[in-house]
Amino acid sequence: MKDEAVKDDAAKDRALLTVEDLWVSFPGKGFRAPRTEVLKGVSLEVRPGETLGMVGGSGSGKTTIGRAILGLAPVRSGSITFAGERIERAPAKQRRRLSKDLQVVFQDPYTSLNPSLAIGDTLSEPLLAQGIGRREARRRVGDLLERVHLPSDAAARLPREFSGGQRQRVAIARALAIGPKLIVCDEPVSALDLTTQRTVLDLLLEIQERTNVSYLFVSHDLAVVRFVSHRVAVLHRGEIVETGDAARVTADPQHPYTRSLLLSAPVADVAEQRARREAFEHERAAS
Amino acid sequence: MSETVEKAPAAPARRPGGALRRLLRNPLGLIPAVLLAAIVVAVLLAPVLSPQDPDTADLADSFGGAAAGHPLGFDSAGRDLLSRLLHGGRFTLGGAVIALLVALALGVPAGLLAGYRGGRFDAAASWTVDLVMALPAMVVLLASRAILGNTVWVLMVVLGVLVAPSFFRLVRGIVAGVRGELYVDAAKVSGLTDLRIVARHVLIVVRAPIIIQVALVAGLAIGLQAGLEFLGIGSGDTPTWGAMLNEAFQNMEQAPSMIVWPGLALGLTSASLVLLAGALRDALEDRGDRPAPARPRRRPRADTPAATAPADADGAERADLLSVRGLAVSYGTKEVVHGIDLDVRAGEIVGLVGESGSGKSQTAFSILGILPEGGRVSGGSVTVLGREIVGLPEREHRALRGDVVAYVPQEPMSNLDPSFTIGAQLVEPMRYKLGISKAEAKRRALDLLRQVEIPDPERTYGSYPHEISGGMAQRVLIAGAMSCDPKLLIADEPTTALDVMVQAEILGLLRRLQAERGLGVLLVTHNLGVVADLCDRVGVMHDGRIVESGPVERVLGEPAEPYTRRLLGAVLDDVPARAPWRPAQKETA
Repeated sequence: MKDEAVKDDAAKDRALLTVEDLWVSFPGKGFRAPRTEVLKGVSLEVRPGETLGMVGGSGSGKTTIGRAILGLAPVRSGSITFAGERIERAPAKQRRRLSKDLQVVFQDPYTSLNPSLAIGDTLSEPLLAQGIGRREARRRVGDLLERVHLPSDAAARLPREFSGGQRQRVAIARALAIGPKLIVCDEPVSALDLTTQRTVLDLLLEIQERTNVSYLFVSHDLAVVRFVSHRVAVLHRGEIVETGDAARVTADPQHPYTRSLLLSAPVADVAEQRARREAFEHERAAS
Repeated sequence: MSETVEKAPAAPARRPGGALRRLLRNPLGLIPAVLLAAIVVAVLLAPVLSPQDPDTADLADSFGGAAAGHPLGFDSAGRDLLSRLLHGGRFTLGGAVIALLVALALGVPAGLLAGYRGGRFDAAASWTVDLVMALPAMVVLLASRAILGNTVWVLMVVLGVLVAPSFFRLVRGIVAGVRGELYVDAAKVSGLTDLRIVARHVLIVVRAPIIIQVALVAGLAIGLQAGLEFLGIGSGDTPTWGAMLNEAFQNMEQAPSMIVWPGLALGLTSASLVLLAGALRDALEDRGDRPAPARPRRRPRADTPAATAPADADGAERADLLSVRGLAVSYGTKEVVHGIDLDVRAGEIVGLVGESGSGKSQTAFSILGILPEGGRVSGGSVTVLGREIVGLPEREHRALRGDVVAYVPQEPMSNLDPSFTIGAQLVEPMRYKLGISKAEAKRRALDLLRQVEIPDPERTYGSYPHEISGGMAQRVLIAGAMSCDPKLLIADEPTTALDVMVQAEILGLLRRLQAERGLGVLLVTHNLGVVADLCDRVGVMHDGRIVESGPVERVLGEPAEPYTRRLLGAVLDDVPARAPWRPAQKETA
């Protein structure tokens, strides 16, 4: 454990993204209702080419971290540093500049693509916003589709003609369009079928290998997070309760919450699942 | 993960041009469109088409009938009716256009801004709009005529202001919804300015509703204007359809036929606009996307059982609780479930596992008799307690649901009515089904809530759905499913919407209830872990067929079919965790 901490300290200098003591709260519902604290002092860092997995239950605040980094959630206090720049309260202009390096893939491939825009138009949007010409943009859209293994005639078609997995590939292509340094992946495979999920995860890994992009990978599924992440942070009620290398956290969880989370996910093996179930019930009874 | 009927992959792209074609292919769209176009052209060409100046009067001709060159005859002052009708249309239709332009110019940008930005502007604009809507339109129009003078155009501008709120509200509502869409967030992250986001992503969404609203408001404006003129409040000298109606009405005794022409013009225009609005709605809003109900929902008696009964010739004896043989489900002519066999015995949990579009939910819905509109059982047989239920009249099917077959749905929250307490939603069905007193039903409901391990049953009983968590809501639905002591429970992805820890608890609860009551359970899921946890036997569905079935240990442990192997191969449980991060060899950053 101590070793890890030292390593982390050294890594901080090289980190691409550093979040320190981040607090986010939303106004309460109703007149003079107390604010809801969603994040209570979260700190983390992501290095170039690294995947940090964020795992937690619903309401743990894992999605909010990603949204705060992207400027879609209000930061109350704390700092977010990205590539040496403070961005926690970046004004619109700085945000637009940042969009070159900081991108997102959302959970739901059905609502994250505008249903009335052709795939090609959706993909060229970020390119045009960066001031790239139309002809050049069209050429790059072809490249992008190829990189996410979609047919090149996809550009002229509408999202409804694609399956969930294909749409998620389009969303990934959009995130890749201008060569970002960090992609926030917000539950990118949880709406997908099992077999599709695997191919999309493989694609994300392949892209990382090739471009050295970093991922902040948010998911409720520990098995998925373990598969794609170098390091895993476990979030519970707005706080990080445990963080460490993927193998360590998932094989030897220290925090009781991590242990319960791990044991509660059913596995597709009858005997092993029976053992897990008993361990989970035991853990529950103990707490 | 909702089950959707697979769409044809190469469906033709739907573009605005396609919408126009769809509109014109619909007779209810084509006829009013042609009529309106004819009226507009005639009115535009009024100076060419009309026999004479609309104000040329010759008292000698007053109330004269049709004559050469004057097909409609003359009015009380001896003015040519056709000329007045054509020229009057210019004011009537022109007035409506002005009212519309004013309403659009005020309502749409304000609605866009208020919906997209929200906050203070939204509050101020909404207050103003509420105020305008509270004003009685007729009174305002009368007052403005007194103040501003009585030209048609000014009145129409005022009318435009009065109907602007309908555009504002429409646009604001839609935009406020779109603002929360992920693709707008994605566009923001892509670095688009707000103006571009509105132009690219938002306008396109409000376009269709605005067009429809325009047709409706145009009809309204024409009607209102004619009404004013008819009451004699418009400008007396200008020929308008309303004024002509007024004049005809005053001379009803002498020349009753005079009322026909302006009446016809107004009626045809307004009716065409209303019909066109309806047809536009059908053409612009995605109607064609849904599977067309091939024919009115008739009992599928004709193409059902008996014929396919030999399906159980393959040896397996039919189970006494639930037995499905050769079940086929179709939407229109498209078959989505192709003849599946399935058995659930008392005290047994059978899993039906597959990916989205595999037909697993369709199978569950057919057994429950709750297939979505357009779907029907197109073959095979389903018996519950030995009784054939395919082709059963809805009333008997309903009696079966709850009494013998109970259902636990996927989305617990959307299956509870937000306006009633949990208690009321549990008590009502029990009183109806079991015919017991309210007090007895309440006692049973509390007992059920205890059985599904709800910590404080009394409090939950009095709560509204929004006051409880998703896991609690699923417990409540399970309690409801148990309330009439069913023999067979059909659970459609009962834990998919829940957190893993809550899922583990709900699975534990289902296992306990099943064991205590000797229930037969059909569990539909996409999660192989859930199958391993709960089921005795499992059927693997793919493309509307059961490709493999058997005891869970065998199917998950030694899968025989390639598809099952592929499914298990995608499970990440046994894949080693990713190795720790190493700096890239050649750091390009």
